[in-house]
Amino acid sequence: MVPRKLWRRPLDSEQIKLPKAEIHIIPDLCKGCDFCIEFCPRKALEESDKLNKRGVYPPKVADESKCTLCGFCTAICPDFAIFTTEKKEETSRNGR
Amino acid sequence: MSESNLMMHHYLAKYLRQERMPHIWCEGCGNGILLNCFLQAINELNVDLNKIVVVSGIGCIGRVSGYINVDSFHTTHGRAIAFATGVKLANPELEVVVISGDGDLFAIGGNHFIHAARRNVDIKVICANNFNYGMTGGQYGPTTPLDAWTTTTPYGNIEHPFNLAHLAAAAGAVYVARWTSLHVRRLKASIIKALQKEGFSFIEMISPCPEIFDRYNKMGTAVDVMKWFRLVSQVRHGCDPAKAEITENEILVGEFVDIEKPSYGRLLREMTSRVQDKLKREES
Ligand SMILES: Cc1ncc(C[n+]2csc(CCOP(=O)(O)OP(=O)(O)O)c2C)c(N)n1
Ligand code: SF4
Ligand code: SF4
Ligand SMILES: [Mg+2]
Repeated sequence: MVPRKLWRRPLDSEQIKLPKAEIHIIPDLCKGCDFCIEFCPRKALEESDKLNKRGVYPPKVADESKCTLCGFCTAICPDFAIFTTEKKEETSRNGR
Repeated sequence: MSESNLMMHHYLAKYLRQERMPHIWCEGCGNGILLNCFLQAINELNVDLNKIVVVSGIGCIGRVSGYINVDSFHTTHGRAIAFATGVKLANPELEVVVISGDGDLFAIGGNHFIHAARRNVDIKVICANNFNYGMTGGQYGPTTPLDAWTTTTPYGNIEHPFNLAHLAAAAGAVYVARWTSLHVRRLKASIIKALQKEGFSFIEMISPCPEIFDRYNKMGTAVDVMKWFRLVSQVRHGCDPAKAEITENEILVGEFVDIEKPSYGRLLREMTSRVQDKLKREES
């Protein structure tokens, strides 16, 4: 494998804007299946330590900056209790 | 923002009957995922909601018709396909989708299924297969695996299950796909494809039933069942459905059948206009 320091930098990396995600959780809709926490490819979610009104621990955001807006949590949630949107202001890859 | 307000910002909220939420399904039940994928599919296709009809039978998944904000019908046990056939023939403009359970579609409704497939009635059938009758407390049914424990097979099941994909293909379906509830992207893509196809399409979603079937069979939590799906699923597009068995060590998934054949409705309309022309000619 090529050592990391020799990797080529894409010429347009200065201009590339990575979208910033906002994760919205509706805690009281959650039934506590944990699918989003378990299957988020970026591990951006974790179990909350506060019971919701159904008596289960809904997810909470562990690290919003990890989220790539892939939408898997939204697609797999059986209860429509989580979705993500793009934050309006954008930063470049280097500005993160 | 209050919680109900936040819910309204979910991009699928407009397809749900909000006043009926939350749905009745247990924590980790695959039925909610099937509903989610179906709504994703109609959202992506951007179809006229007045042109979509959802028909379901009886069972846990049968409740789905009450949650979707289109004209939908919760019919009697086993008769969803018969009802849907009538809707489609009466108004061919409509896109008619049956969403129902393995018990509803293949036990009490089994004959409707094979004959609708044989006649190539232009309806789409999506089955949540959880290997048992969830709603009535976990009795065994035509999809229960050999040796599985259910409330009516207390010493293990001694009946061989149907391979639903094979049954659908052998009976004449033009599109047959199987996914698990972990394959949300592929399932959505299959629903989109089926909705655009003419003829009898069948999609099977293998579904966790964490409260009943999975609990009795000591399969762990819903997450454990989903991880099992991930471990044993193998995508085999075009695979002979006869060989696409479901075992503890292997679940073959994919698009098994994708063929073209004129639908019953089309042949019926062509025949009607031919006969009417002939009668007119004979009169004059
Ligand atoms: C004519 C008639 N017979 C029996 C029943 C009882 N019954 C209700 S739901 C059901 C089985 C449902 O199983 P399935 O279609 O697999 O749905 P699930 O609950 O597993 O989602 C049965 C036998 C009924 N409602 N009506
Ligand atoms: S959108 Fe994707 S990356 Fe972001 S929280 Fe959901 S599953 Fe994780
Ligand atoms: S009994 Fe099984 S199929 Fe019915 S809602 Fe509960 S988990 Fe789902
Ligand atoms: Mg069932």
